Parts: sequence; structure tokens; C-alpha cells
Amino acid sequence: MMIHQYKLNGYNIVMDIHSGAIHVVDDIVYDIIEKLTPPLADNCPEELYALAYSKEDIDQAYAEVLELYKAEQLFTQDDYARFDKLMTVSPIKSMCLHIAHDCNLRCKYCFADTGSYQGGRSIMTAETGKKAIDFLIKHSYGRRNLEVDFFGGEPLLNFGAVKEIVEYARSKEKEHNKVFRFTLTTNGVLLDDEKIDYINKEMSNIVISCDGRPEVHDRMRPRVDGSGSYNSIMPKFKKLVEKRGDKEYYIRATFTKYNKDFTEDVLHFYNEGFEQISIEPVVTDPKHPYALTEEDLPEVFAEYDRLAAKLIEMRKNGEFFNFFHFMIDLDQGPCAIKRLRGCGCGNEYVAITPDGEVYPCHQFVGNPQWKMGDLDSMEVNLATKETFARSTVYGKDECRECWAKFYCSGGCNAANMQYRGNILKPFKLACDLEKKRVECAIMIQAALAE
Amino acid sequence: MKHIKTLNQANLKETAVKGGCGECQASCQSACKTSCTVANQKCEHKK
Repeated sequence: MMIHQYKLNGYNIVMDIHSGAIHVVDDIVYDIIEKLTPPLADNCPEELYALAYSKEDIDQAYAEVLELYKAEQLFTQDDYARFDKLMTVSPIKSMCLHIAHDCNLRCKYCFADTGSYQGGRSIMTAETGKKAIDFLIKHSYGRRNLEVDFFGGEPLLNFGAVKEIVEYARSKEKEHNKVFRFTLTTNGVLLDDEKIDYINKEMSNIVISCDGRPEVHDRMRPRVDGSGSYNSIMPKFKKLVEKRGDKEYYIRATFTKYNKDFTEDVLHFYNEGFEQISIEPVVTDPKHPYALTEEDLPEVFAEYDRLAAKLIEMRKNGEFFNFFHFMIDLDQGPCAIKRLRGCGCGNEYVAITPDGEVYPCHQFVGNPQWKMGDLDSMEVNLATKETFARSTVYGKDECRECWAKFYCSGGCNAANMQYRGNILKPFKLACDLEKKRVECAIMIQAALAE
Repeated sequence: MKHIKTLNQANLKETAVKGGCGECQASCQSACKTSCTVANQKCEHKK
């Protein structure tokens, strides 16, 4: 039985974790719930009458609380352990294809060592990419929807191979009863009209990387010669999005200690004509001057509050933008099994290097001890797969008792490994940020439901 | 109710019983490559 209650932007919110119910309550119910420990009695407990409200109000509010309790929408039991048998090795249905371990930018926060992944610069041949498609078809078994993300480094450095691989995968769809969904993540430097048209035709989603305001972007995302890249990429991104129609895209930024006022970057994107926006905190070693650390959290939290308030204000004025981390659909979201399993890396999701090595995800690439297979053998290490299959919310002691478990789903295994030395131990800084974003996302739903 | 407004159907347990088909998108394939965000993904069966 677990609830989480908080006050934000004038809303009192009570989350019933195990049913998923979200309640917006007045002060009296908020104060009552704070004092209650289940099981709840039919009669209002005497100690509640000490609260600074009239007996009549307290009785009425308690009756409503009791009604929700009996309807299993408050203090609901945790009986998810019974789904443990579903947390096993699954087909692989999603692949991050490292089409180029090279890049034409030198982003200062790059987790991939500016494209090389600590292993020297290289590109994937079309042949290796096609083998990766065969690998995915083989290991996906009965799964129909397969995802391939062209990633790097910078994938447009090897766009010829991208096209060959897409064509090859499409030629296999019917025979194997599969549907390929391609995505691509790019810094935009090499975009031109031909590539834009191809991407808009074949990629179900595209992630375009830009950090926001020109000075913010150019400070962290310079070219090899140190000059800024903003002025070159922005017109191309605008053209791509204009021509894209209703197909999905995200303009995606990384924020650092240097732009904790990232609401301004969101608004910059909006003012430049972008509606689908994602801005993520930098994940890096605290030794770097741009790293976000615990001491930055109060400011970052306040900024998430400011962004949430701005989003509400704009939506109410008919101005729309979508912020990736505030997206939440309280009724139609992923099923609880998906939420328990988490991101699926190393089990449903793998990354393939230019040399055809298989890793649990893009963030494990460059750490040879995590290599879990290769395209020569077309096999994966089942023990590694099993390890990741068990890395669920309920496989992580600290997550099992956390109120945010059904929203963050156990965090990033790679970050857990990097900062706690164990995929099963959540990285607290990331947890704190995620919890704050979830609180904001739910508050936004409360505000928009008025 | 006078004091409480419930925003959703609270059907998480029901989705656990019926869910787990595995056809939906991996979260890292959408727009996050550095932070895990699962709850904002879509169910493949609910459009």
C-alpha cells in the first residue's frame, strides 16, 4: 500500500501508486490522508477531529476517502509480485544501429567520446547493417513491430549505408511478417533536400539535436574547428519539420549547469516553429564544470516548475508545444508489465557497433566487458540477457519501495552501472530529477482538467 | 464528490493482467537516449 501526496502550483495531489489512480483533493482531504494508515475503519478515527476543520467537514471528507479506499483507488495493495514470471528473457525487437562511430561536431558533453566510443573512429558497412537486420529478424521471433534507430556518432556521415539498410529491411518485411519502424538521430550538419525527403519518407520518428538558444547551443556543440554550428543547422531543421507534416519528430536538447534556465530554450524552439520538444539533463562525471550535481537540484526543480506553469498558461491560450518529459496519458499509457520491465535494454533492446558487436544498449558500447554477442555468430549471450531481464522495478530493492516506480520504471541501467557500479542500484541524481518531472507532469494534467 | 476529483480510471492492475504483449516502442527509441522515461510511451493497442 503506497501513496504519494504533494502540493504544487496550488494543486493538492494524491497518487495511489498500485492502482495508478490520481486524485486532486482539497486541503481537508489532503490533511486527513496524511494522518491515515490502512486498513481504514468504517467510522472516522477520533484523532482526525484534532484537525482544524469542523466535525461535519471532517466526517464528510472521511466518507469520500473511505469510498475511494473501498473502490481500490486509495491505499491499494501491492500484488504485482505475481507477475514476476513475465520478467524473463524476451525476443529482441528494438535495435540501436551505430551506423557511424565518427562525428562532425565536438560536443563537449558527448557520452560517446565525440563519436568514437573510446574505440577509434569507424563507420558501419552496409553489409554489416544488413546482417544486423537479419540478426533482428532472427531474434525477434513472434514480435511483429521492429524498431531500428540509426545512431552514432553522426549517422548522416554514412547515409548511403542507411539507405541500403532501409531498403534491405523493407525487402524482408513481407516474407517474415515484420513491420520495421526506422528512426534517426542527427546533428543536422549534413542535411540537404535529398536527405530531408528521404528521412521524411522512411523514418517514423526523427530526433534532431539542438540545445536551444544560439549561444547555449554553440557553447557546447562546436564544430571540429571550434566554430559554432547553430546557424548552419537551424534552417535545415526548420525545413525538415515543415516538410514532415504530421509525422513524429523531436527537437532534442541537452541542458547543463550552464543553462539551468532551460525554459528559455524551450521557448526559443517554440518561437522558431518547433512543437515537439525534449530537453534532457546532461549525464556526466561530476568532475566536469558543466555537470549537474546535487547542489543544482533546487534551481533545476524550480525551472521545471516554471516550465510547467508556462506550458499550462500557453495551452490555456491555445498555444501548443509538447515537452517530452511532461507527456503523460493517465488512462492510455503503457501497461503495468511494460512499466515493470523498464527500458528493456539488454533484453528487448540492443545496440550494434560498426564492427558488428552486440551490446545491451548504446550507453554500454565501449565497455568490452558488456559485449553480449556479435553478428558473426548471430548469437547473444543468454546469461547477459537474463541479467537484464531481471533488472526490473521489482528486481531493484530501492525501486520497489519508490512511489515513482510505475513512471520511471527503474531508471537507466547504464547510468546505474556508471555511477553506482551495479545495474540494480538506481542513480539518485537521475531519480530526483525524474520524480520532479513526474510531479510536474501530473500537476499539468490536473490543471488542464479544469 | 465534493472534496476529491479523480483524474483517471485507475486501471493499472487491469493492464497488468491484460498487458505485456511487447509490441510497443522501446523508450530509448523515442527521444530519450540518456534518461529512462517509460510512462510517457504509448500502448500499441490504444490509439
